[in-house]
Amino acid sequence: MSYQLHGSTFESDEEGYITDISLWNEELADLIAQDEDIEMTDDHWEVVNFLREYYEEYQIAPAIRVLTKAIKKKLGPEKGNSGYLYELFPYGPAKQACKIAGLPKPTGCI
Amino acid sequence: MKGERKMLHTVNKSPYERNTLESCLRLAKAGSAILLIEDGVYAAIAGSAAADQVAARTDDFTFHVLGPDIEARGLADKQLIDGVAVVDYTGFVELVAEYDAVQSWL
Amino acid sequence: MNAEIATEFDTEGVQKNFMFVNRKAPYGSIYALEALEMVLISAAFEQNAVIAFIDDGVYQIVKGQDTKAAGMKNFSPTFGVIEMEKEDADEDPDIDMVWRIVVERDSMEQRGLTAEDFSIAVEVLDSAELADLMNAQDVVLSA
Repeated sequence: MSYQLHGSTFESDEEGYITDISLWNEELADLIAQDEDIEMTDDHWEVVNFLREYYEEYQIAPAIRVLTKAIKKKLGPEKGNSGYLYELFPYGPAKQACKIAGLPKPTGCI
Repeated sequence: MKGERKMLHTVNKSPYERNTLESCLRLAKAGSAILLIEDGVYAAIAGSAAADQVAARTDDFTFHVLGPDIEARGLADKQLIDGVAVVDYTGFVELVAEYDAVQSWL
Repeated sequence: MNAEIATEFDTEGVQKNFMFVNRKAPYGSIYALEALEMVLISAAFEQNAVIAFIDDGVYQIVKGQDTKAAGMKNFSPTFGVIEMEKEDADEDPDIDMVWRIVVERDSMEQRGLTAEDFSIAVEVLDSAELADLMNAQDVVLSA
């Protein structure tokens, strides 16, 4: 699989996670989001940016439980709960948001 | 309860290649069982350099060695250290069932 | 993992004491990385965990690892997740699990290291203390 953007090809695995993390940009994120039937809002970007910062620091994509907990710490309990995150990313916040953020599939993903 | 718990430790590396046996002997609690498997069985041969390490601790631990791994390595005719019991695969399973937890020293 | 298979196990309310024994240096084999992933997964199930670094395993958490020139992924920052899990477990009353990160003193000192050399906060234990702790576990997983 791959994504096409302005004549460039971005390779991805069979589930749609881009293979070269360093090639990610916000336009590509929008394109991946479209593929996932998600229209990016500021709330979506907040989570996606959070994930990218988390990955930058820990070199790993967080599992949903860790994501929820970490967001609760940083953005408060009204956002750090799975209900809110599933509203934004209905097919699994960790999985879908990581894909849009250009990160690998989270470890321990069930 | 805690004091009564007993562990089985398995060691599968040759004492001449790795410090696996040494670490097991340092960190297993007295009263534990130690089962030598795969290349770990070389430590059970009497008269070898590693034998002293095992022989010195037979009061602290119950030592076992896996027979099929002894035979596979052409050691069937060798003398084993006194106090080391040979078990087959069934014996291996029985040991696992008998003890509260297993630590595999790799 | 396949969701259909995973749901056949009912882990609700099951909590055991796990020890993860790390005895291998970080880049020479896949053991260290695989064990780290195992620890992270156990957090998802709110299990009690002791993460122990023994023998060459103490090299896993040495700070300042830079794998760029060697062309490998540097997974040492990921140990920060373990440290964070432990802090959350200690501080958040909603999290019902106990985590400990321990290093065997002999292993550390033999290698000329001190607790200052590690990228995460650890408890340094004598061999006898570690032996007692290991013996008290329900499950010991080793790498």
